[in-house]
Amino acid sequence: MIKYIGRRLLISAVTLFVIMTILFLLLQFLPGSPFNDEKLSDMQIELLNEKYGLNEPKSTQYALFLKNIITKGDFGVSYTIEKNAEVSTMIQARFPISIRLGLQALAFGSIIGVVLASIAALKRNSIWDTATTIFAVIGISIPSYVFALGLVYFLGYKLTKATGMAIFPLTYDIYDPVRSSILPTVALAMFVIATVARFMRTELVEVLGSDYILLAEAKGLSASKVIFRHSIRNALIPVVTILGPLTVSLMTGSLVIERVFGIPGIGDLLVTAISVNDLNVIIAVAFFYSLFYIAMQLFIDILYGIIDPRIRVAKGGK
Amino acid sequence: MDNLKPQLNESSFERVFQTDEFKTDVVYKSISFWKEVRLRFQANKGAVIGIIFIAFILFMAIFGPYMNAQTYKSKVDEHINLPGRIPGIEKIGIFDGEIDGVNVYEKRGLDDVYYWFGTDNLGRDLWTRTWVGTRVSLYIALLAVVIDMFIGMGYGLVSGYIGGTTDTIMQRFIEILSGIPNLVIVTLFVIILNPGILSISLALVITGWIGMSRVVRSQVLKMKELDFVLVSKTMGAKTNTLILQELLPNIFGQVIIMSMFSIPNAIFYESFLAFIGLGLQPPLASLGVLINDGYKSILVYPHIIVAPVVVLALLMLSFNLVADGLRDALDPKMKQQ
Repeated sequence: MIKYIGRRLLISAVTLFVIMTILFLLLQFLPGSPFNDEKLSDMQIELLNEKYGLNEPKSTQYALFLKNIITKGDFGVSYTIEKNAEVSTMIQARFPISIRLGLQALAFGSIIGVVLASIAALKRNSIWDTATTIFAVIGISIPSYVFALGLVYFLGYKLTKATGMAIFPLTYDIYDPVRSSILPTVALAMFVIATVARFMRTELVEVLGSDYILLAEAKGLSASKVIFRHSIRNALIPVVTILGPLTVSLMTGSLVIERVFGIPGIGDLLVTAISVNDLNVIIAVAFFYSLFYIAMQLFIDILYGIIDPRIRVAKGGK
Repeated sequence: MDNLKPQLNESSFERVFQTDEFKTDVVYKSISFWKEVRLRFQANKGAVIGIIFIAFILFMAIFGPYMNAQTYKSKVDEHINLPGRIPGIEKIGIFDGEIDGVNVYEKRGLDDVYYWFGTDNLGRDLWTRTWVGTRVSLYIALLAVVIDMFIGMGYGLVSGYIGGTTDTIMQRFIEILSGIPNLVIVTLFVIILNPGILSISLALVITGWIGMSRVVRSQVLKMKELDFVLVSKTMGAKTNTLILQELLPNIFGQVIIMSMFSIPNAIFYESFLAFIGLGLQPPLASLGVLINDGYKSILVYPHIIVAPVVVLALLMLSFNLVADGLRDALDPKMKQQ
């Protein structure tokens, strides 16, 4: 197990290193310099270059770049979004909002998904089963931002107009984070619900047909005990395998959802930074996303290894 | 003791076969694998509906833009923000050019003008723009399949078949590549090449095939130990023959399933990037661009967003249904109970 974890850690470290190198190369090859202001004289530019170490050889610059990121999480300052604000501070302020939204969607989506799957599997081939299947296909097919737009229009706008009060606010409000995050959470959770429901239903049907459930029933356990203690718990284990795709969907989903609802999160920051070409911010957010993604993958892989020893062996550990 | 002996004579037995002729097993009509797949696929209602929708959308994407005089970027200043109006259908209460009960066309004195899906805030025809935008989605779908088929399958075949150090190196490379989020790769291309179809295509080329190559590799690893490959090898088949004639036909079903599932993903990615402004740029049209346009005025002119959203949703739904149907048809074992 230790060897397996060590191997995964090593690969993650290499990946992160590759990403940092790509980001550094990007900084080098993009046209323009941070100081292309016509008011600056050559002398001043020279001084600025000196100050930020831009006259050093590339290898020294590269080492400095890596050192700043690894030891201090320092990505320099923002050029346009918030002039001269530390990029790391900007990310720190926005990160909790994004994480909170993502976790809300994950929790809400998983719970609803498991409930739907349980109903569908227990009442197989009934109308509930068909409804869940159709709902799951639609939830997987239709992009989250389309759901978001629908929610904004019907629940946010039409309902407010009809009832005269804003039950679901159109945009996110920092001072009312619970109520104003209902719509974004639901929009973001649609994909989670659909994926979990679909996967879990298959698993549950398989578990319900297995011998140990027959045994549990035969020894006279109540229906609720059979379902909660024996069926759902066992069917939940393989659900770990879809955590990866879910993380990815939540990350991309957050970009649009944050834009639609005006939520000041990381995704919103990235979109703004790209549109105004704020390079330091783009690089920092790209690095941050990668870090988060790699950490998530590592976590899932290790979780797998603990749950299912066969995967551990297949991925080269003992 | 004698009475305990069973009384058996000729009449106790009944002939099962009326003649002494030797009978072989009952022979079912032999159906080829692909015919069986087709039959199973046709029995799947969702998949057939999906195919019909895709065919319809494909037809409209090819011919729709030529059905009226407008091009995707021609603007008519007097015709801005008109809702949809179709001759004939307008009488039954939909596509009648009304917003909140007021016929916008009559109000502006445009009695003979018909825009089937309406116009946007610059006076561009949404019918033409929607179908031109659909072409982009279909191009992306095609690209996703091509990438899966060539890069993904090739990589998986080589890595799985050759094995050893080559396999290890190729797999480490994939592990590192898959550690970089798609989003970051697209972002980097967007800053280097500017937003557009090229940066999306390149990002797809870099990341779109990883899932496929993993599936192909694991299938090849499983297959190459089987007896029929050994037999073929013993009889002196060359590597090319082995790969093309023994391995490929056996994994082709999996390959088709995988590439079908990658289509909706790719379509989603393009529209998503266009929606946040990192994809195609107006006046070019793609479904994501149109949805983004419509979103800006959704509260005042909700009709602008309807057509692209419906087409996008139908397209993704259809491809998902067809992929599901193909999976069930090609691999009944994988069918969800």
